[in-house]
Amino acid sequence: MLTQALFRALDKKAIWVIGIFLAVAALVPMANLLIPPGQFGHVPTYLVSLMGKYLAYAILALALDLVWGYCGILSLGHGAFFALGGYAMGMYLMRQIGSRGVYGNPVLPDFMVFLNWKELPWYWLGFDNFWFAMAMVVFVPGLLAFIFGFFAFRSRVTGVYLSIITQAMTFALLLAFFRNDMGFGGNNGLTDFKDILGAPVQAPGTRAALFAATAIALALSVLVCSMIVNSKLGKVMVAVRDAESRTRFLGYRVEYVKLFAFTVSAIMAGIAGALYVPQIGIINPGEFEPGNSIEVVIWTAVGGRGTLIGPIIGAIVVNLGKSWFTTTLPEFWLFALGALFIFTTLFLPKGIVGLWTQFFGARRAKAEQPTAPTPAQSADIERGEDPDSFGDNPQPKPAE
Amino acid sequence: MLTNLLRVVLLILSLLLPSNALRAQDTPIDIPAGIAAMGEASLKELGQLVTDLAATGDSAVVPALTALGAGTLYFEETSGAVLIERGSSYLNPITGEAVELGADADLSKIRVNNGLRRDIAAALAGMTLMSDNPATRLTAANGFLAKPDPANIPLLDEAIAAETDANVLKAMQTARAVTILGDDEASIEERQAAVPLVTAGAGRGAITILNGARNSAPAELQPAIEAALAGLEQERAVWGALQNVWFGISLGSVLLLAAIGLAITFGVMGVINMAHGEMVMLGAYTTFMVQLIIRQNFPGLIDYSLLIALPAAFLVTGAIGVGIERGIIRWLYGRPLETLLATWGLSLILQQTVRSIFGPTNQMVIAPTWMSGSTEFYGLSITYGRFWIVIFALIVFFMLLMILNRTPLGLQMRAVTQNRRMASAMGIRTPFVDAMTFGLGSGIAGLAGVALTQIDNISPNLGQNYIIDSFMVVVFGGVGNLWGTLVGALTLGVANKFLEPYAGAVLGKILILVLIILFIQRRPRGLFALKGRAVEQ
Repeated sequence: MLTQALFRALDKKAIWVIGIFLAVAALVPMANLLIPPGQFGHVPTYLVSLMGKYLAYAILALALDLVWGYCGILSLGHGAFFALGGYAMGMYLMRQIGSRGVYGNPVLPDFMVFLNWKELPWYWLGFDNFWFAMAMVVFVPGLLAFIFGFFAFRSRVTGVYLSIITQAMTFALLLAFFRNDMGFGGNNGLTDFKDILGAPVQAPGTRAALFAATAIALALSVLVCSMIVNSKLGKVMVAVRDAESRTRFLGYRVEYVKLFAFTVSAIMAGIAGALYVPQIGIINPGEFEPGNSIEVVIWTAVGGRGTLIGPIIGAIVVNLGKSWFTTTLPEFWLFALGALFIFTTLFLPKGIVGLWTQFFGARRAKAEQPTAPTPAQSADIERGEDPDSFGDNPQPKPAE
Repeated sequence: MLTNLLRVVLLILSLLLPSNALRAQDTPIDIPAGIAAMGEASLKELGQLVTDLAATGDSAVVPALTALGAGTLYFEETSGAVLIERGSSYLNPITGEAVELGADADLSKIRVNNGLRRDIAAALAGMTLMSDNPATRLTAANGFLAKPDPANIPLLDEAIAAETDANVLKAMQTARAVTILGDDEASIEERQAAVPLVTAGAGRGAITILNGARNSAPAELQPAIEAALAGLEQERAVWGALQNVWFGISLGSVLLLAAIGLAITFGVMGVINMAHGEMVMLGAYTTFMVQLIIRQNFPGLIDYSLLIALPAAFLVTGAIGVGIERGIIRWLYGRPLETLLATWGLSLILQQTVRSIFGPTNQMVIAPTWMSGSTEFYGLSITYGRFWIVIFALIVFFMLLMILNRTPLGLQMRAVTQNRRMASAMGIRTPFVDAMTFGLGSGIAGLAGVALTQIDNISPNLGQNYIIDSFMVVVFGGVGNLWGTLVGALTLGVANKFLEPYAGAVLGKILILVLIILFIQRRPRGLFALKGRAVEQ
């Protein structure tokens, strides 16, 4: 059954995407480590980390796409799952510093010594073990999403309301992690990492390995998402997105479908955060900012939601743009980002991928019936069915 | 009853006793000689001199004693005279006339220590208790209250007998009661009788005084003090709670102002307007600009700049709102989640625009005189600024309610939001109504911005601080219902202020957010949910 699912997942374009990222996972570290600096084809170490960061963002965007693009749940709190995963990884990295901190305490991280803590709080126990920390990377965001989703979906909090309470969730976590008493480093967060699995975090070899791990994780995420959306469950998810009440009346337990998608997505976001932190070298409460979560939504929207490749493209393109703008025209970055938000929602409801199919795949799209209508196509159905759409609007359709 | 009778008798007795005769037991000191003796007196002798001079009861000694306490009394060694320093000149301590100093003058300050300073203050209080000015007498009585000394009781009794001003009389009686309470030589009955007087008269200080008295009081006195303390504590708890309610209402009115525009755009139109906070911010900057223009061109109107800014902010943000609706929102009706993204982008652009024009630093708006200061209302302290914001929030709320329920535009707005197609068929210009509704919501956000200049920094990030809270209020209160917004805002404000003392400001806010999340699970459509077919559309 698993092989069948795997087979179904791989027979689409997904295999190309997975192949590309596996190749990247092998080639970029090689280009960094084997080709000497100055020679053609060498990839400098800072670029490896930068690309690693983009790929971690891509995993996050893909996670959001799974719930938003395929299941119709617009979560404005995915940054929280990302940051929780990051904190779990950060806690492991803090414990690895050992007595090399400024205060030289073998057990307590520097900020705890500074705040006069006498012993490690119970929730820090076990984080010196890498595998325990990795289990927490999966478990903590997953559990939060499960509990949150269980209550939210069971009481049928949908649409706008769900978006706003996910935002409240990440905002509450932001406030909580800013507190020094929480024991997560307060304002400054966790930083000054030294080792990961015994290898120095800053070393080019470690960075290349982290990049490879991120690329492989992205490939695996695409595989998992592809398996989910091509399964029967995936079809039900799309049905929930397009006509929730109708799906419920057909006898599906809509809340469990949503809960599954939400939890899997949160776990993916947590893993992305865990891969992000060692490459960036810091995790602080700023990652919980509601604005960050909304930015993830725009990566997904720009790339094209409801597709697997779209969010990856979106995350990479928007962040490339951000890197370029913030170095050359820093004051224009917010203008550009804001304009991108407006332009995408008004003129590119299907994102870059939609543009691609519009220009190049028109003929093929005509030939084969699309298996799943994209969200924009299903808007008409939604109007009649979904209690959250506001009125029947004879408004002009956006220019597509 | 018996104690009261006893008290009255004692009081009458004390009044009848010629208090002057009491003082006359000491031979009165010669005032000029006494003051002159201060020049070369040791600290101990100084203390005796102060007591003796004060005992004369003559107001002529007041300037010298005041100067001694303040450290401006000097001794001139050549002539042996004692002088008061005032600015660059030196005065005779009795006549108050300026004294010409010789070239060989050798001035040295007469030194006092803290103990002596206290004695001087008490002595002076006794002196001024007989002043002709009620304010001076009140200050003197309060001086006795702060430093009770059984030796002063005859003095107080004398003053009480002569007093005509009710306020001063009360202060004196309280001072006397406090003194008796702490006097170990007074009888238990007398001291018991003093307790209610202290409780009634000493205000907020009563708890401290009674606590101090309890530590030294004999066992017979304890029950009376305990009972009085318990009563005071209870009273304080009630006033503390009322103060919290006021703070909560004050916070709630700010939330109401910030959220009520959103209740229109989000609640009535279904547009998730993430740029709402930026409308508030633009309203604040409009206020800043209006005040800048007024200060430069019409300085006489500066006290009214906030009132002038109100229509200006409404028009500016309202016009921007109409522009946003026509330019962006109207393409996105029926896709609420996408209005969220577009307006978020818009908010980034607006923030960056303001940051480019005005810079990232905070701007200041001066509070008009009628909004600064505070007043005491029984035990509550109320700042005028907060008070006017509460009033203003309620005015805005009820005006908006009137517009929605009593004007043709309001009728059309409700018609369009309830059934757009039908409204259109009835001849309502729905695009115009859409633009007006969005403009109204944005304009009210601008009004909120004017009010927020009084309590918050005007910075490009101003709106961001309010947007999440505003959404919480609207969602909590129930979308599409203005009364829900009012109740929601006030509830959240009061709940926040009641949680703060127990949990701290940040944890309190987190708790509120968690409670809202839980509340939404129970009632997915808020406190006052719309019912009936309108919901299903």
